[in-house]
Amino acid sequence: MSAIRWDVTFVVYRAKGDEASHFDTFKLSIDPDEYVLDGVEKIWAFEDRSLCFRHACHHSTCGACGMRVNGVEKLTCITLIRDVTQDGGTLKIEPLRNFPVVSDLVVDMGSLYLRMDEVHARPVVPVPEAEIEKSPKEWPPDDYEYLRLSDCIECGLCMSACPISATSPTYLGPAVLAGAQQNGLSRNPSLLEIVDAENGVWRCHSAYECTAVCPSYVDPARRIMDLRRQVVSERLKRLFNRPKPKIAAVQEANR
Amino acid sequence: MNTSKNQPSPSRLLNWFNPRGRSLEGMAFILNRITALGLTLYLFLHLIVLGTLARGESAYDSFIELVHNPVYIFGEFLVVAAGLIHGFNGLRIFFTSLGIAVPRQKAMLYVLMAIALVASLIFGLRMFTA
Repeated sequence: MSAIRWDVTFVVYRAKGDEASHFDTFKLSIDPDEYVLDGVEKIWAFEDRSLCFRHACHHSTCGACGMRVNGVEKLTCITLIRDVTQDGGTLKIEPLRNFPVVSDLVVDMGSLYLRMDEVHARPVVPVPEAEIEKSPKEWPPDDYEYLRLSDCIECGLCMSACPISATSPTYLGPAVLAGAQQNGLSRNPSLLEIVDAENGVWRCHSAYECTAVCPSYVDPARRIMDLRRQVVSERLKRLFNRPKPKIAAVQEANR
Repeated sequence: MNTSKNQPSPSRLLNWFNPRGRSLEGMAFILNRITALGLTLYLFLHLIVLGTLARGESAYDSFIELVHNPVYIFGEFLVVAAGLIHGFNGLRIFFTSLGIAVPRQKAMLYVLMAIALVASLIFGLRMFTA
């Protein structure tokens, strides 16, 4: 924290029930080394107690405080004010796209959680299966006993930024496809029918917005491309390892 | 809950073209769609122009006289530039979709767009000085 104060105008999206949405303006004198979420909390604490927003951990673990800041999806608890505006500047705060608005900045992310369940996305993975920097070539067998939280914090930023998710209500979306990739088709072959479908891995149009906004280094776009490779590989495997027709199998057994 | 707002819907197709808050790759996504629409429009115009052949040689020749106008040449330059941008960006999408050079896709975008820009300038110079 510093002693510097910036005058920042927060322009906040408001929507209650079926009322028409609008923006409210709040002028704050704020430390630029505070986070955007701190500013939103100050508005709630000192300006308008009816402002609804989600937050919990304040250290990018829960994924609750995803919002759009000046049009870009951000995890507001780790977005410094000085990184997104300037002294005398404006911060436009809006809810995530592609999820129904519950109230003000709160959206219903149920569809994301249900789809994550559908692909059996793993909230924790054995340490050797996590993609970590400078991982050893061979892991000691004991390390498989230790679990690590998955990188994806299910914040929904990628689902909000994806242009395809905006127009295709049934598209699984980047976080879900990344979850399926991490699970792996070889480990869970039943996923093939889910991801190799109209609303699965082929619907991605390579805009790479998901990777650009991901605050947790999941890199969903890379995972989607890898999942495509897995799909093609699995389809080829099934093509060449088809179960033999019954008659041929009986003849072979009788030999 | 206000379910009518913010829901994904095919009617939000114009959002694809909204550059607000988009990353560099997002801009490439928008550019690819704009160039694709432009090239499709050109294809139809091209077929209509070819249709003048059916009205005889003189009708076609008089149309060709008309397109020597600098405005038409600029239009043709836009078609060439759109083709180059769409084609080179398409190469990036093609390779990354096969899982090739995905971590290098941003660098690939810079290089391929630079090639498209230089090639467009060369074509432009030749078109306007010919």
